[in-house]
Amino acid sequence: MNEDWVLYEVFIRARSGLEHKHVGSLHAADARMALEHARDTYTRRQEGVSIWVVRSSEIIASDPEEADALFEPARDKVYRHPTFYSIPDDVKNI
Amino acid sequence: MSAAAGSATPASDEDHFRYVLRLADTSLVLGQRLSEWVGHAPALEEDLALGNIALDLIGEARLLLAHAGRIEGRGREEDQLAFLRDAPEFYNVALAEQPNGDFGATIVRQALLDAWQLELYHSLTASTDERLAEIAAKTLKECRYHWRFSCGWLVRLGDGTAESHARAQEALDALWRFTEELITPDALDVRMASCGIAPPLAVVRGRWETRIGAALGEATLLQPSSEHYPWHGKSGVHTEHLGHLLGEMQHLQRTYPGVTW
Amino acid sequence: MYTQALDSSGAEPGSPASAGEVERERRFQERIDRDEKIEPKDWMPQAYRQTLIRQIAQHAHSEIVGMLPEGNWITRAPTLRRKAVLIAKVQDEGGHGMYLYSAAETLGVSRGELIEQLLAGRAKYSSIFNYPTLTWADIGAIGWLVDGAAIMNQIPLCRCSYGPYARAMVRICKEESFHQRQGYEIMLTLARGTGAQREMAQDALNRWWWPSLMMFGPGDAESVHTAHSMRWKIKRFSNDELRQRFIDLTVPQAQFLDLAIPDPVLRWDEAAQHFITGPIDWSEFQTVLKGHGPCNRERLGARRAAHEAGRWVREAAAAYADKHRDRVGGAERHVQTV
Repeated sequence: MNEDWVLYEVFIRARSGLEHKHVGSLHAADARMALEHARDTYTRRQEGVSIWVVRSSEIIASDPEEADALFEPARDKVYRHPTFYSIPDDVKNI
Repeated sequence: MSAAAGSATPASDEDHFRYVLRLADTSLVLGQRLSEWVGHAPALEEDLALGNIALDLIGEARLLLAHAGRIEGRGREEDQLAFLRDAPEFYNVALAEQPNGDFGATIVRQALLDAWQLELYHSLTASTDERLAEIAAKTLKECRYHWRFSCGWLVRLGDGTAESHARAQEALDALWRFTEELITPDALDVRMASCGIAPPLAVVRGRWETRIGAALGEATLLQPSSEHYPWHGKSGVHTEHLGHLLGEMQHLQRTYPGVTW
Repeated sequence: MYTQALDSSGAEPGSPASAGEVERERRFQERIDRDEKIEPKDWMPQAYRQTLIRQIAQHAHSEIVGMLPEGNWITRAPTLRRKAVLIAKVQDEGGHGMYLYSAAETLGVSRGELIEQLLAGRAKYSSIFNYPTLTWADIGAIGWLVDGAAIMNQIPLCRCSYGPYARAMVRICKEESFHQRQGYEIMLTLARGTGAQREMAQDALNRWWWPSLMMFGPGDAESVHTAHSMRWKIKRFSNDELRQRFIDLTVPQAQFLDLAIPDPVLRWDEAAQHFITGPIDWSEFQTVLKGHGPCNRERLGARRAAHEAGRWVREAAAAYADKHRDRVGGAERHVQTV
């Protein structure tokens, strides 16, 4: 008989105004239990005000082997950053 | 503030002290029982969950014991009350002291008591004892989570496998006989209700029965109909288990009297 | 709390199979040398993966088994404050075991497999937990010495090259900062207490001192894996370096308690600016490591009993989830509270 529980990833919002952040994983038989385990494991020291749990198997991840193709092309688009443009120091508020 | 407050008759300190001890001792003894699980639970995550509930219960007990000590006015603090009273002076309900048994028995005991504490503390937030009402407001939040946990597990075990169903039903059949004490008022409960410190237990009974009935239904468990022996844990008459629990818990304070730890 | 470099068996970096492999290993080592973190799906040499799985698993097992000696005193803690602290601490250790099993799982091995290895006696855990906790003072000594030694080992691991392990260690170190302090506080209370309490404290120090020093693992000359682990930045300091640092910090703490370190030849070496201890009895360490310590059987027995007794519970939860897949998945999006 199956006694293995499912692996869940846990995301915690530290306080309102901040995004949820990945903090770790845990095992649970169902979603409700996963939330409870996340609460008991990852918020023992007031680390959060909101919890997301998601089955690890539901996460679709990019392949590190493709990192060059995915992320290198952004490298030479420096004109997307404000520091690319030179404005005389005398001009204020820009 | 409850409606009873206006027509409240003052409570004797002795009554008041004993009533707060009932609440304190139930949390303390149940917390002590749950703490036995830490390191031995069915999954690592459950070690943490049971530990958290034990910590909540012991925290509640500390607040309540300190309050009881102040009401008594003899300078006894939490540790003197926890470690230097013998079983007949403990006023917890008898269900709280029942041994852990298997995980199913622990969950059944927990669910029965969580539902009760939840309804009781909900009412106690309106107590005429302001300090008790404050403690109740804090405790109520913890009770909600405890019930969420134990009710969730009760349903999983009841409606899980044939084995888990049988074990949960067996635990329920064994422990049900201790539930009448939770919801049947004795003379002290009546006096406390009349002065507005505690709610009338009839209110708690109705809500508790509804809550437990629904949970047992979802768990596909049958509510036992056995006749109740009238237990009087809250008057200090206990089952044999409490003496052993206290013997273990109080061992150091008894062996080395009067020292600081 | 944690353990020495226990990695005394397992895979060695083998000879790479092909020119492609050689190139990949070279690029991997370059990343490590640049202090880049390695993440779960990144390519890594098989031996790096195996070394990490073994070390993280041993570390996780140590946390879990480590719950037992201290758990032994939860029901007997002498005050309600001490009881709450001890529950929280033992519970933390369970949490730390979880974080570490999670880190190991990112390397492609399941927690179930790792626990199976532990229960079958095929995995190691820190031998310190095979010693008994005989008096309340042992709870103080464990916090002070065992957690103290653990912190010494663990802080460098926060900079370990493997991302999930390093992140788990950061969280663990942060949470454990109270563990050593609460232990020392217990020792201080006992040392300033009655004669019987002082005796209890001295007796605990006598029993835990040498096993604590052994927690750092065999001397550098004997430690087979140090070189690879150092090159891969899994390990940053040698066993002897960490041990010496622990001794230098701990001896003055014992002096403050006015307790005697059980080492007749212990002395301060002015030139070296170190405390020099007498020789460590490594034969005892080996005996305990091989399974013949005072509590090896009890510790594994307790883990096995909990695992077996919990099986029907885990099965029930899984069966319930299967039966109610829709309900637990859907309705839980807005979990009801009272």
